[in-house]
Amino acid sequence: MIPRQAIRGGLRIEAHKARSTKHPIRAASLSAHYVLPLDQHSGLPALPLVKVGDRVRMFQPIAQPAPGISAWLHAPASGEVIAIEPRPAPHRLGAPTLSIVISNDGRDEPFDNAAAVSDFEQISPKEACEHIARGGIVGLGGAAFPTANKLESSLCENGPQLLLNGAECEPYISCDEVLMRERADDIVFGARALLHALCATHCTIAIEDDVPEAQKALSAAIEKACDSRIRLKVVPAIYPAGGERQLISTVFGVEVPHDGLPADIGVVCQNVGTAAAIARWIRDRQPLISRIVTVTGDGVRDAANLETRIGTPFASLIADGGGYTERMSRLIMGGSMMGAPLPHDDLPVIKATNCIVAASALDLQPRGAEMPCIRCGACSYVCPAYLLPQQLHWYLHPYDSEQLQRHGLLDCIECGCCDFVCPSQIPLAERFRETKPVLIRELDSRRDADAARARFHARNARLERLEAEHRAKLAEKRRPKIGPSSS
Amino acid sequence: MITALVTIAVLAALAGIATVATASNASEPSLVERIDALLPQTQCRRCTFAGCRPYAEAIAQGAADINQCPPGGERTAKALARLMGVEPKPVGKEFGTVPDYPAVAFIDESVCIGCTKCIQACPVDAIVGASRHMHTVIAADCTGCELCIPPCPVDCIVMRPAPGVVQ
Repeated sequence: MIPRQAIRGGLRIEAHKARSTKHPIRAASLSAHYVLPLDQHSGLPALPLVKVGDRVRMFQPIAQPAPGISAWLHAPASGEVIAIEPRPAPHRLGAPTLSIVISNDGRDEPFDNAAAVSDFEQISPKEACEHIARGGIVGLGGAAFPTANKLESSLCENGPQLLLNGAECEPYISCDEVLMRERADDIVFGARALLHALCATHCTIAIEDDVPEAQKALSAAIEKACDSRIRLKVVPAIYPAGGERQLISTVFGVEVPHDGLPADIGVVCQNVGTAAAIARWIRDRQPLISRIVTVTGDGVRDAANLETRIGTPFASLIADGGGYTERMSRLIMGGSMMGAPLPHDDLPVIKATNCIVAASALDLQPRGAEMPCIRCGACSYVCPAYLLPQQLHWYLHPYDSEQLQRHGLLDCIECGCCDFVCPSQIPLAERFRETKPVLIRELDSRRDADAARARFHARNARLERLEAEHRAKLAEKRRPKIGPSSS
Repeated sequence: MITALVTIAVLAALAGIATVATASNASEPSLVERIDALLPQTQCRRCTFAGCRPYAEAIAQGAADINQCPPGGERTAKALARLMGVEPKPVGKEFGTVPDYPAVAFIDESVCIGCTKCIQACPVDAIVGASRHMHTVIAADCTGCELCIPPCPVDCIVMRPAPGVVQ
């Protein structure tokens, strides 16, 4: 058990998880259509392998990864490809994004992925990474980073430390908690597969201190597996303890450099849901076509955790939860702190969808009129990233890019702790989230300008040198021949 | 009383030394460099000078105004005004219009005859190719100055939105 003092900043906030964890996981009802955005993972959009009109079977690969960082996509049901066209998606609210639409024939005829591996431990770590990639596995914690790309970039000689993130700190989200309670064996199996793929020697599963049942289930599963490489570590339930960088520093006592990655200090962090998905792919030959989604909030009749196929419309999940109540006011994907508000419920579940909150006025933190900053510094005490939000706010008006960069705006994890405690009700995290892309663009254009300046000067120097050489040659030609004097 | 005066005199002297020390610091960028740092480095010559650096030199000598840079737009004009301590004003119409989005040159390779004229015109070496062979623009290095367009004898160069620009 790690003491509270070991964690920098953060808040103890109401978890709101009791409603959705009352009942075990159940399957979401099937949908007539599944919409699968090609860019639902981080990196480059996947490339379609099917055409409109093709018949596909359940588990069949329908899009392959683009070169670089990208992921496979599989059909969540058997049926027909009825469209490949831009559709609205929850992760790109600005504009529709290219998606494959599959109509469900209800037969669920499975596709036999010939690439199934019978004994994982027999193949080399590199092959193991490739195999995980073919399962369409991406990080299920929220960022949907392709797991195989993360593993490949983390391979090192001594083997990194594996950290499985079961610290689900964000309010309302409980999909990992029920997963750990009910499918602890999957998580442990996935952990062993990841250990093998990374040549790692140790795996730490981090879990919060307010989920005793999940803790018990995981301990039992680890004992059953008789694997001494895997251990359980309990961390205090402090939001945002489950942030990747925060969790690493809590568990290992080492900071990830602000301009680096966990791999730079020899740590690979994966969500527990990702480990379970790997287990299903390797053991049961089921690629990532479904995930657990929490449907909760005061705006929905029955909160639940639903095993949902990727591409299911949100409206269908709300119907599974008994429909909206009269108090429903806003739909949010993710939790109440970092979640994104959605304009409507005709959007598909993507691999990164961990939770849908149908929020009523009771769920939303009441926000009064914004008042001037009184420089009390409360925000800097709770910032888990060691930033000074009051200073960042100061440099937003007027916008001072140099100071914003110096004060680490780009290291802000947008957790919203500063908003939460601000007595002047300033929406700090929202402002920072809006300003970060502006600053990144500006830094990029400044870097490009520096490069252009260097090339301009290099070219001028070269032209001058050529000109000088040319003149010297001409002068050489025109100089009168110095012969023997005629006198 | 005398002690106070002496103390103030000593403090003033120290402050003076400190100011002189800062001013004589050799690593401090010159005015021309500070102006140049604010310019977009497009090297497009729309300001009527032979590039961003020459324009910066002209501003420093008082030979040019702060509103002659269309690619920099209002932001550059404002920043220059602040640095030079003059009133900000919009970019002069006679220097061209402020572009709505960053653009890069694109060569239609099926039309290009390989004359190398655009390569010679490019101020930032962003075009590659050899005589009587197809040329192409390195989009990541192109500043969008448009200087390659007039010399092209077959008009095969067009401006396109820079990669990553959402229209």
